[in-house]
Amino acid sequence: MQMPSGEKFKQQNKERNDKYTQYVELVSPKQSTWKSLSSAFWIGGLICVLGQVFFDLARLMFKVSEDKASTIALIILIFLTALLTGIGIFDKIAYYGGGGSFLPITGFANAISSAAVEFKAEGLIFGLSSKFYTIAGPVIVNGILSSFIVGIIYFIIGLF
Amino acid sequence: MRLFDFGIELDINLTKGNKTIKRTKPKNAKQIGKQTIIFPNEPKIFSTHSIVSQKEKDGPFAGYFKDVLKDTKFNEKTFEKAETKMFVYALHNAITNAGITNKDIDVLFSGDLLAQIVSASYCARLFDVPFMGIYGACSTMAEGLIFSAMTIDGGFAEIAACVTGSHYATAERQYRGPLELGAQKQKYSQHTVTAAAAAIVGLVKEGIKITKATIGKVEDYGITDPANMGAAMAPSAMGTLVQFFIDTDTKPDDYDLIATGDLGKLGSDLLRQLMDEKGYHLGQNYMDCGAAIYDHEQYTSEGGSGCGCGASVLDAYILNKMNKGEYKKVIFAATGALLSTIITQQGESMPSVTHLVLLEK
Repeated sequence: MQMPSGEKFKQQNKERNDKYTQYVELVSPKQSTWKSLSSAFWIGGLICVLGQVFFDLARLMFKVSEDKASTIALIILIFLTALLTGIGIFDKIAYYGGGGSFLPITGFANAISSAAVEFKAEGLIFGLSSKFYTIAGPVIVNGILSSFIVGIIYFIIGLF
Repeated sequence: MRLFDFGIELDINLTKGNKTIKRTKPKNAKQIGKQTIIFPNEPKIFSTHSIVSQKEKDGPFAGYFKDVLKDTKFNEKTFEKAETKMFVYALHNAITNAGITNKDIDVLFSGDLLAQIVSASYCARLFDVPFMGIYGACSTMAEGLIFSAMTIDGGFAEIAACVTGSHYATAERQYRGPLELGAQKQKYSQHTVTAAAAAIVGLVKEGIKITKATIGKVEDYGITDPANMGAAMAPSAMGTLVQFFIDTDTKPDDYDLIATGDLGKLGSDLLRQLMDEKGYHLGQNYMDCGAAIYDHEQYTSEGGSGCGCGASVLDAYILNKMNKGEYKKVIFAATGALLSTIITQQGESMPSVTHLVLLEK
């Protein structure tokens, strides 16, 4: 008898598995695209409107420049997200809003604060500190990478 | 040279391929068919106990679950410690209900979903009993019952105990992400049940008999999405059930209830279709514990999953009904998806296993 191998196992059952996975794909319930787009649109829009309100309020109340006002608006949004994450409300908003709640700064704040709440139990150094960016890490890495690529493209365009 | 000399030459050699294996004893009479075993000494489940969280209590089995966790941390600092405490609570109460003490237990079979089955071992350290850790993912309860029945029927123990459970928060952290992370789940995902259940098995007069068991094969039909566990487990449930019906020469209608562990709604629909293809129709007597444990309004997508799902429903609902005499013959087939986050991220598909026990009043 030959030694069993994973590759051979997959080849032998390929036809059966393809048929089964295709069928499962067909019958698995899917998120309705239009429904999730519309809920993402208005939740995301609402967050942006909120940001704009903070921005305008900061300009009116503190008479600061646009740069500083946007920083203040961002800080308030991040604080609110972290607070709502901590008291267990943000995940319910995100359950409904999907990408709409993830794309603004709120998604990033939630990714970090939820990890902080979760891994606090393993201690401040090896728990919280080391797991802080488990979810947000990929966002940072790919953000830096894509801005680097865009920067090179800009540089090359600028040469001509 | 033979290891054991029984004085008589037995003509019971086994021919496999071109080789003949010399046997010293006749084929074990406790094996029937290919994968099924019988327990002629009739070990019985004579005491069980389970504990669930408020979410399960809010579901359709509200009238059957007795002990409910108001606080999912069970007055502990972390969810992992709470899970261990749930194990301890279930096992302690099962032992007390049986009217025995820790010293009477000859062996404890226990397992859970966490890495290195910590909840099981940390529970066992408090009980001062011989312990064997098992891992069968969500099929752990059936696996534990089979091991208990085997050791008792073989005469290696008089009273065996098995305990298993799962916790939503610990499973979520190990397999997915932080609890408060605002990520949308797939429509076909399942919610890990927060529950623990223990059963004490022994050679006693009163109780639910474990008469037959089928040890499942690991099946893999190439499902790679770790959220779609129901679809990955359905083929293995089909394999074990069909083999059991072939080995025992029965059909699904001969049983009062056929309960699968945690296939969920999608998985149990797939199982019905796969069984139909093999010529076994699952009728009204078929139930899936995972699909039945939550209401549609509880936002759990396809239903429950986890070791605690099948175990708590078995204890609170199935055995309760059997004790009342409403069910006489019940098939309990616990399904388990044998995945880890690392290997699925490497692109591997999910194998799964289903173990089956036949319970009789």
